[in-house]
Amino acid sequence: MSSNDKKDIDDVTGTDTTGHSWDGIKELNNPLPRWWLWTFYITIIWGVAYSIAYPAWPLVSAATSGLLGYSTRAEVAQDIALFEDANAEISAQLASADLSTLGENEELARFATSAGGAVFRNNCSQCHGSGAAGAKGYPNLLDDDWLWGGDFENIEYTIRHGIRNEEDWDARYSEMTAFDEILSNEEIDAVVQHVRAISGQEHDAGLAEAGTEVFLNNCAACHGDNGMGNRDLGAPNLTDAIWLYGGSVATLEETVRYARFGVMPPWGERLTDAEIKAVTAYVHQLGGGE
Amino acid sequence: MGNYVKLIALGCVALFAAIGANWGRDTAYIVHAIIILGVSGFMFVRVLRSMESKPGPTPTGYMDDVVRAGVIATSFWGVVGMLVGVVIAFQLAFPGLNFEVLQPYGNFGRLRPLHTSAVIFAFGGNALIMSSFYIVQRTSGARLWGGNLSWFVFWGYNLFIVLAATGYLLGATQSKEYAEPEWYIDLWLTIVWVAFLLVFLGTLFKRTEKHIYVANWFLLAFIVTVAMLHLVNNISIPVSIWGSKSVQVFSGVQDAMVQWWYGHNAVGFFLTAGFLGMMYYFVPKQAGRPVFSYKLSIIHFWALIFLYIWAGPHHLHYTALPDWASTLGMVFSIILWMPSWGGMINGLMTLQGAWDKLRTDPILRMMVISLAFYGMSTFEGPMMSIRAVNSLSHYTDWTIGHVHSGALGWNGMITFAALYFLTPKLWGRAQMHSISAISWHFWLATIGIILYAASMWVTGIMEGLMWREVDANGFLVNSFADTVSAKFPMYVVRALGGVLYLTGALIMSWNIFMTIRGGAKVAAPVGVPAE
Repeated sequence: MSSNDKKDIDDVTGTDTTGHSWDGIKELNNPLPRWWLWTFYITIIWGVAYSIAYPAWPLVSAATSGLLGYSTRAEVAQDIALFEDANAEISAQLASADLSTLGENEELARFATSAGGAVFRNNCSQCHGSGAAGAKGYPNLLDDDWLWGGDFENIEYTIRHGIRNEEDWDARYSEMTAFDEILSNEEIDAVVQHVRAISGQEHDAGLAEAGTEVFLNNCAACHGDNGMGNRDLGAPNLTDAIWLYGGSVATLEETVRYARFGVMPPWGERLTDAEIKAVTAYVHQLGGGE
Repeated sequence: MGNYVKLIALGCVALFAAIGANWGRDTAYIVHAIIILGVSGFMFVRVLRSMESKPGPTPTGYMDDVVRAGVIATSFWGVVGMLVGVVIAFQLAFPGLNFEVLQPYGNFGRLRPLHTSAVIFAFGGNALIMSSFYIVQRTSGARLWGGNLSWFVFWGYNLFIVLAATGYLLGATQSKEYAEPEWYIDLWLTIVWVAFLLVFLGTLFKRTEKHIYVANWFLLAFIVTVAMLHLVNNISIPVSIWGSKSVQVFSGVQDAMVQWWYGHNAVGFFLTAGFLGMMYYFVPKQAGRPVFSYKLSIIHFWALIFLYIWAGPHHLHYTALPDWASTLGMVFSIILWMPSWGGMINGLMTLQGAWDKLRTDPILRMMVISLAFYGMSTFEGPMMSIRAVNSLSHYTDWTIGHVHSGALGWNGMITFAALYFLTPKLWGRAQMHSISAISWHFWLATIGIILYAASMWVTGIMEGLMWREVDANGFLVNSFADTVSAKFPMYVVRALGGVLYLTGALIMSWNIFMTIRGGAKVAAPVGVPAE
């Protein structure tokens, strides 16, 4: 330490100082706290031991692999393999299962629902919501109103090929006409009131009456004469007060004028057969499966 | 002669900026060119007007004007940075606050780097520059070296902050966390930083004290290492000299590793070593006691400096980074635990014989709580670097809680204490305008930190557990959106904690303003005189 001749003692603690002073700050000559020093040594010893046990030291062409042969990738692969092995048999069973008779095999049904739930939460919840209740433009999957059909076969087809996408040639496809430049403003107002009427909402009776003819001439081809919709075309039922985009006058007018074009991606290439079966079963049992 | 060189340089810069303002490829670049044109034009006129006047007598004594400016800048940027922090905390709780009319400028994605840079570099950086200028003069018994160079450092650094902040809002970023500013801002910061190093070293060289005080070791380590980190992590090639966009030289996992080598050592050398330098001066001064152990300060200094630089890979556990690098990052982080605690022990034990002052001195109380949070986060950090713990904590709000217990607790509190220490001395007042306001600040800040850190621990661990939750067949139980909605109550608590902390900072700014404005001047003791 200091080579100063005179010792400088701190009055309060009776400890030597180093004899220096900077702007009145002195330093005591206390030794390193023992517990601090020993904890430091222990962490160093642990560090050396750990780096021998685990991959650590970079050498010329590769790093030491460690005595325990540990690797993070192997650890993850092992975790995945554990479950895949355990599920291998039932997964294979599911991939070839006929979903319409799934209810007869309670164990398989439970497995399909829990696997399908995981697939749904990872891939579908971004649009349809984590509870499958949907959002504006994204159908609610909990009710029994289906745009393209709600039996196993139709749900599976929709998942596999998607809707109105450009990746899959077998995607479900239809396109509503934008009536903005086809119908006059009066006709649009009238047909909107007609739709309000058949969906059981507050409406202007006179306009709705006038709208009936507009509807029959322009809309009925897809939505049907009574507006009950057509699943072959994905044309929604307009009488059930379940709306994909909304049933207010303003929203209906927007729909009539500019049409809608909801898109769903195809999942056939991204999910395995077992996963598609599972998520089909999951969506089917949410409440509205046919 | 010197003035002619200055005029030519400023003229060239102004000309270049004028061309840049015309030819700029993007808004950020054009706005920056106009700012630089304005600044260089102003400086040109200033230099020109001073050519006629005769140089005054060489100033003597300590150079405190630049420190005074630093005190004001620190409190100003502190309030700005914390305010933006509160705004983005509420945006996370209520996404509707990303108002349509403010897009894209008021988007969370642009405000977030504005917050981090404003608190770390504007608030923290000004605090560090200001206190290093004060400390190195007092503990060396010498006036700052380099004449007005320290003013260049102050204004240059604050120009860097303005350019960085406006750049983020206008969408210019190189997308590296804590190193977002684009290439020309990085170049400018390099020039300013070299000037900072020269001022600091020059002052140390002409010191009248025989030995270099420990605070200066830490401050020098901070300045030198930050220069190195900044240079390496910002190696990039501009797409055009007339545009802000640049391309990084490193790619893939090498880029990630360089980024977190930088990122972690920004914490290690900016927020730890630099602030330890502040601690080693202000704590013994405020407590009126000697530093606890000279030996401990030597050993923990060198251990900290040697070990910190290797700990970066712990930010990249379970990524494309090879396992060996990840192991080394973890091992060095854990060995770093005791060297970090050395600073806490030395700080807290310095209060030996002065503990009774805690009852009456809220400034000292801030220093103690600051050291307590320093100790807590330097324990938590090594713990979170353990691979098994990290697999739970990584990408969760636990990390945010950890960072803020360090930033609000350690960096914030020691800076507030330093500002309260310096203001009366620099403006020649007996004491701060209101001591009870300091107490209020202390309690608001402390409760704010606790709300912040506790809510983030809870929500971080919760979301980590929810992410990995699987059922008996190994299928994930929660969707990502489930974890987001589960965090809502904690996000509100966190934002309220931020409001309390910000309120404390506002009270401090008022207190500093009142101290500067009012009260009789007293001959404040300013330490041993400079020669």
